Parts: sequence; C-alpha cells; structure tokens
Amino acid sequence: MRIGELKLTANIIRQNIIKMLIPAKSGHPGGSLSAADILATLYFQVMRVNPQEPNWPERDRFVLCKGHAAPVLYAALAEKGYFPKEELLGLRQTGRMLQGHPDMKKTPGVDMSTGSLGQGLSAANGMALAGRLDGKDYRVYALLGDGEMGEGQVWEAGMAAAHYKLDNLTAIIDYNGLQIDGRTDDVMSSAPLSAKWQAFGWHVIEADGHDIKKLMAAFEEAQKVQGKPTMLIARTIKGKGVSFMENQAGWHGNAPNAEQSEQALKDLKEEAANLG
Amino acid sequence: MAEKQATREAYGKALVSLGAENPDVVVLDADLSKSTKTADFAKHYPERFFNMGVAEQNLMGTAAGLAAAGKIPFASTFAIFATGRAFEQIRNSIAYPELNVKIAATHAGITVGEDGSSHQAVEDVAVMRSIPNMTVLVPADGEETRQVIKAAAQYKGPVYIRMGRLDVPLLFGEDYHFEIGKANILRDGTDAAIMANGTMVAIAVEAAEELLATGIKVSVVNVASVKPLDVSTIIQVAQRTKAVVSAEEHNIIGGLGSAIAEVLAENAPTPMVRVGISDTFGESGRPQELMEKYGLTKASLIEAVHKVLIRKKK
Ligand SMILES: Cc1ncc(C[n+]2csc(CCOP(=O)(O)OP(=O)(O)O)c2C)c(N)n1
Ligand SMILES: [Mg+2]
Repeated sequence: MRIGELKLTANIIRQNIIKMLIPAKSGHPGGSLSAADILATLYFQVMRVNPQEPNWPERDRFVLCKGHAAPVLYAALAEKGYFPKEELLGLRQTGRMLQGHPDMKKTPGVDMSTGSLGQGLSAANGMALAGRLDGKDYRVYALLGDGEMGEGQVWEAGMAAAHYKLDNLTAIIDYNGLQIDGRTDDVMSSAPLSAKWQAFGWHVIEADGHDIKKLMAAFEEAQKVQGKPTMLIARTIKGKGVSFMENQAGWHGNAPNAEQSEQALKDLKEEAANLG
Repeated sequence: MAEKQATREAYGKALVSLGAENPDVVVLDADLSKSTKTADFAKHYPERFFNMGVAEQNLMGTAAGLAAAGKIPFASTFAIFATGRAFEQIRNSIAYPELNVKIAATHAGITVGEDGSSHQAVEDVAVMRSIPNMTVLVPADGEETRQVIKAAAQYKGPVYIRMGRLDVPLLFGEDYHFEIGKANILRDGTDAAIMANGTMVAIAVEAAEELLATGIKVSVVNVASVKPLDVSTIIQVAQRTKAVVSAEEHNIIGGLGSAIAEVLAENAPTPMVRVGISDTFGESGRPQELMEKYGLTKASLIEAVHKVLIRKKK
C-alpha cells in the first residue's frame, strides 16, 4: 500500500475505534488510538497474513500484549477482512465474538489471548522459538505498553528473547508516556527505555509511532537484524487524532458519550479530508 | 522391600521416549532440570529443550506461545513455583486459551523434606483444579507416571501433572492401565473404601492389607485423575462400602478429599473422613518423619477407617 492509503486506513481504524466504543459504553480509547498507525502499518504493509485462512501456519503472528487496546486490533482485523465489520458494534456484549480483551478462541485473526499485562511477550517468544524449530520463516510481532514495562515478566521475556537470539521477533513499545494513574514518569518510570533494552541485548530502534514511513523503515530494518530481537520504541500520543483525548490519562479506559463521540468522529473525518 | 522409584525419575525417562516418538514434544525448565529430571531430555534433544532460567512466569508464557504454534510443551519446575509464582500465567495464558501445555511439576507435598515449607506445595491441586479447562493428574508410582505422561501428550489441552521428589514403591506393572478420567480399583472390599492418590496410594494398600488381617475388608481406589474425576466409580464404591476415607499428601482443603466430598454430598451422601495435611504448612525434616508428623501414615489411615466405620454403624 502507498503511504497515503496507509494513513487513510489508520484513520478509518481510529474512526471504528470510536464507533465500537459507543454501543459498548466502555473500553479503552487512549491506548487504542495511539497504536492505530502501528497496526495499520503492520497489517496492511508489513505482515504476511491471509484473512481467509486466519490459522495459516506460515503467517506472521501478532501478539497484542497491551490487550486492553483490543479495539485497535479488532478494527484492523475487520478492515483486513477477518470478520464482518458489523461485529465491531458487538464489542463487549454478551454472547458476541469481540471480548473486552483479545480472545484467540473466539475471534478469527487473534493469535494470542491477552489482557493481563506482562504476559504477551513470553508467548511471542514461544511462537518465535517454534517457528525456528519448524524451519519456518514467519515473523512474530508483539506490541507492549510503556506502563506495561512495570511487569517483571516483561524483563524475564526480554532476557530470554536475547538469550535465544530471536531475530524473527520484533517487539514494539507504544511509548505514549501515560498509564492509568497518570504519567509513566510519575507512576513508575521505565526510563531510559532504549538503554535498558539495549543492555538486555536487543537491537533498539526509536521512531515516531505516527509516522508511517518511519515505521515501515523500522520494520524493514528489524527484518535485517541477525542474532538479536528488535525493540521498536514508538513515540506516540495517547488518544492520537481526537483533540480532547490527546495526552489525557483520563481517556485511558472510558468510552465517550454521544456528544463526545460526535466531536471525536468530526475530528477524525476532518483529518481524513485533509489526507484525501 | 518393594522396589522404589521417584515419580520425577519416571517422568524424566518417559520424556526421553516421548521425545523419540513425537518430534513436536518440547521441554522447558526453570533452572531445575537436574531435580525435575528434564535434564535427560535436554541431553537427548538439546534443540528441543529450553532452559528459561529462574523465571517461572516466562516459563509458562513461553510454553503457551510454543503450543499456540503447534508444539506440545512440557513445562517443568517445582510444584510450588509452577502453581504459585506462575498461577496467573497458567490461568490467563494457558488455560483460558486452552493451549496444549503440560505443566509437569515435581517436588509436590511435604516429602520434599529438608528444603522445608517454602519448597513444599500443599495447595497446588486445589488451585489447579479450580481453573476451567485444566486437567489434573497425580500419579502414584513410576509405571503410572509413564502412562500419565503418555496420556497427557496424547490429550489436546492443558494438563497439570503432580509428581514427587521421594522414591516411592513401584505398585504397577505394564498390565496396569491409566486413563484420564478413570479411577482404578486396586483392592476390593465392602466394609470401607480408601480413595487415594500420589504417595498415599502405596500407604493405602498397606493399610488395607493390615486391616484385612483384622477382618476388615477395605477397597482401595487410586484416583490419579483428580480432574476430570471418575464420578461414577466414586459413587459406585461409596454406595457399596458406605464408608469412605480419602488420602492425599496435600492440604485437606481443596484437593482430592474435597473433590470426592463434593461428588458424594451431591450424589450419594456417605460417611467420610479426609486424611491429608491439616491446613498447615510443612517444615524441614526427613520425608518419612514429616509424613509421620503430619499424619500421612498407614496408622493414620487405619485410624481413619475405624473412625468412619463407627459413623457407618450409627
Ligand atoms: C497484570 C495487569 N495489571 C493491571 C492491569 C490493569 N491495567 C490495564 S491497562 C493498564 C495501564 C497500562 O498502561 P500502558 O501499558 O502504558 O498502556 P497504554 O498507555 O498503551 O494504554 C493497567 C494497569 C492489567 N490489565 N493487567
Ligand atoms: Mg502508556
């Protein structure tokens, strides 16, 4: 896809994040919006996947370690054609396929069930190890939050990925600087992130997480790295694209009301018009 | 004296043959491979063995990922660290997505001995049993362990296997048949029944023999499959004997005794006495001495049978 199209796709994903939260009346907009460009780049440019065959053994895998951002994953999967877009409106509702946090048994295209922070990277490691054992060339992608860095298991997994030289693994940190209780630097600082991951033996790339061209270049660089996993530290804005949500910790886990949704969609449509 | 073997020892051997039979079997450990006996597998199949270091949460999560990509991972460490430290990883990354991970835990119970309470899981069966999608198996001897490992590998889904450190008598020959969800009646008697698993099975057999010499005929049921439980055999034996003693090297809260009591209370209320660790932590000591101190002996089983027989007569 061309950059312009990818930007538009990210915009549609953002609009659908807002649209799905309205009937759900709950959910996590902030960290979903911050990751929309990353997911658009992965699913529409970088990853080798086949929506017609979600469990295709040769596919690239994606683990949403920060599972609360499920809306961005669902919007990307629906856009890609894994399931009908109408399903998006059933988010978080009884008996529907789109759970509050990703469920690999219920939703086609979801490669790992997540929601409990800190666990996803370990599973991604396991998939990368299995791929290597089987002599397959698929790659594994894992998206973590910066608040998630507080979980000890992340660092266990970080150590293991470097130990096992998992160069078929690319992890991304959605470095939006916020978690639930406020700024990550105030709640529990994970700085200096880049130096930490380098010290853990990873190849580290820093990039603007909303610049699709830079993201594409970063993923390309990661594919060339040998003998090391790659950590892409993607600087992002939590709530990106919705004026009143940007950089507000308060929009971590609240759905917008009718009026707010209208404003949010207006913001996003304006952006789309400027792109188009 | 009967020949002895620790169930962990049998596990190590079973893994090596499993490795030869099935190339999808992979093994993970957390810096305890010499104790859990996965080191044998590591020697035979180094490319399929992953030492995760002292990191049990990552051990379980990595096993989940391997299973998601089609492998059959056996994740091993001590029972306390597997089910305690990594409980939530087992719950959320393995059981909830129903991934094909075998949690093969050794050093369960107080027969860990000298290392003391920090290393003696007395609550692992209770916590594993309460997780949806989880199968819970507690083999009693080497042969049963061999069959349990094989059955676990053939079964698709998460399994918790509880094994011990201590050498225990070999009870079964190759004619023995273990099946997930099936209990085995080892001795038939109509006066009372002892339903046991793990280290308590050999002791239950001895108790039954001693009781027989005094004219009391006791059934012994080996309930290696705690979940799924062989409900029909348990009800049948309870209705026939009308007096049940459960026996396990585990806290009496939440383990085998609780599982049997749940079934009997709802289906066939039967006088019952639970023998187990009386809701207390263990301590350092020689395994045999600890088993005596915590009431896990032939004598305590005989006493329990007498107790339940009094209630049966009332
Ligand atoms: C183990 C665990 N503890 C707590 C939570 C609750 N929780 C959900 S999101 C979140 C903050 C995450 O912050 P961050 O990783 O920065 O996510 P983002 O900013 O990208 O939304 C917390 C504490 C959880 N889901 N899992
Ligand atoms: Mg954050």
